[in-house]
Amino acid sequence: MVWTPDQPLVSLRAVFKSFRGVEVLKGVSMEVMQGQVICIIGPSGSGKSTLLRCVNALVPIDSGSILVEGQEVNDDKLDKLALRRKVGMVFQQYNLFPHKTALENVMMAPIHVLKRDRKEVEAQAHALIAKVRLQGKEDAYPGELSGGQQQRIAIARSLAMNPDIMLFDEVTAALDPETVKDVLVTIRELAADGMTCMIVTHEMGFAREVANEVYFTDGGVLVEHAPPKQFFASPRDPRTRQFLDQIL
Amino acid sequence: MIVGRTDLAVLKPFRIGAAEPWRFSAWHGAALAAALIVAVGIGEAQAAPGTPGIVATILKWTPLLAQGFALNIAMSFLAMAIGTVIGVPLGLAQISLLPPVRAGSWFVTQFFRNSPWLVLLFYCMLLLPFEFRIGHTIVPLPGWLKSTIGLSLPVMANMAELVRGAVRSISFGQWEAADSLAMTRAQTLRMIILPQCVKRMTPPWMNLYAILTVATPLTSVVGVSEAMTLTGDILSSEGRSELLVPMYLYLLLWFFLYCYPIARATLALEKRFAVK
Repeated sequence: MVWTPDQPLVSLRAVFKSFRGVEVLKGVSMEVMQGQVICIIGPSGSGKSTLLRCVNALVPIDSGSILVEGQEVNDDKLDKLALRRKVGMVFQQYNLFPHKTALENVMMAPIHVLKRDRKEVEAQAHALIAKVRLQGKEDAYPGELSGGQQQRIAIARSLAMNPDIMLFDEVTAALDPETVKDVLVTIRELAADGMTCMIVTHEMGFAREVANEVYFTDGGVLVEHAPPKQFFASPRDPRTRQFLDQIL
Repeated sequence: MIVGRTDLAVLKPFRIGAAEPWRFSAWHGAALAAALIVAVGIGEAQAAPGTPGIVATILKWTPLLAQGFALNIAMSFLAMAIGTVIGVPLGLAQISLLPPVRAGSWFVTQFFRNSPWLVLLFYCMLLLPFEFRIGHTIVPLPGWLKSTIGLSLPVMANMAELVRGAVRSISFGQWEAADSLAMTRAQTLRMIILPQCVKRMTPPWMNLYAILTVATPLTSVVGVSEAMTLTGDILSSEGRSELLVPMYLYLLLWFFLYCYPIARATLALEKRFAVK
């Protein structure tokens, strides 16, 4: 079956995952359409990060189905590398390569994985670094950048692979408050450009503003989801209400 | 709050000093030089009248000793090179995804790491042929080369452990990031993990080299004409008991002078790398 953009870009069906006997995901199902931005919120340990890692096969699932552009991820014969070329991911701890400059971090995967022309990649990398507003930092090493700057380079590094979807795993959780805004602005611009995004976040204001759909997870299940206005104004489930009361 | 003066143990500065490996320090050199001077003095006093002075005798034999010492250095270089070249893939095999490869390399590493160096030396001396044939050419395998191979075995095993430890010390996030960029395992190792390991491995690698160098006199037991053996030969040809202590101290000083700069450089590198 050939995937067409009118079908979900990512679709999860009854996904189960446990780590050493602890069930982290207990039958999660969700759909993300192309160009959609979804935010996943929920208490710590509710399986949000694991959920994201299942989508690009960083974490294998026990049962269920994950389709990315119509391709089954839960398949022993899956070409993981082909899948990961389409799915970009940004991590809480940035995970930039510390022995490479910002520019080299951005250029590395397109050159060595996609085997693209170095000159062309370099031009794109400069453009991406400008896009995340870090012109002039091309030759800086990650250790010389602030957390927020590193995170924006990490976003540029993922974008350099021209992914169809971006996964953001609590990307502002480790940042100083004053640098959070720059990162959120970058993600918001991406979303405005039509990039499909799955965002795990604790920034409620950001979720309300940027998301098309907000999902609430607790204890490995998706409790409820709704467009942000409705979600924050009138949550249906008592668990959601309790969570929102605690943090808002 | 005065952190430096407190009775609360948790507030006292954490000192890593206790866990540091043993190294040559300037004090060792000073003590060695002082001992040598004293020994020479005692030797001169004990010497029978009419015999040449201790210092003159030592200087007379210095060129020969230097020749022997050059062999020690050559053996240490070669053993280090062999040990490193085989040790790196052996260390990488220990993180292989294939269980048999992992188990096999683990066994080899542990075997050679935990065997006494002298036992390995004897094994190589006795089990390796004195020559072997490649096609029609006969390649001789002299004793010093055999013992170099013997010394390279524990170096190899220690090197493998250094590599394995360094790879494991790289944060898991680096692997995840490389995975998410669709890099293969080989690419991740070659471009992301190992370059970061080199920096971490350099100081312990240099330390290993210093340990190997001071271990090269072990080969005198199996009859290699290195500095230690020659010192024994010199003493027996002189036949003067008052020469014994100064001569061996003199030999110790040679090793110290060679290894001390390495120890200093190792320390400097560790300090520099610790900052980042």
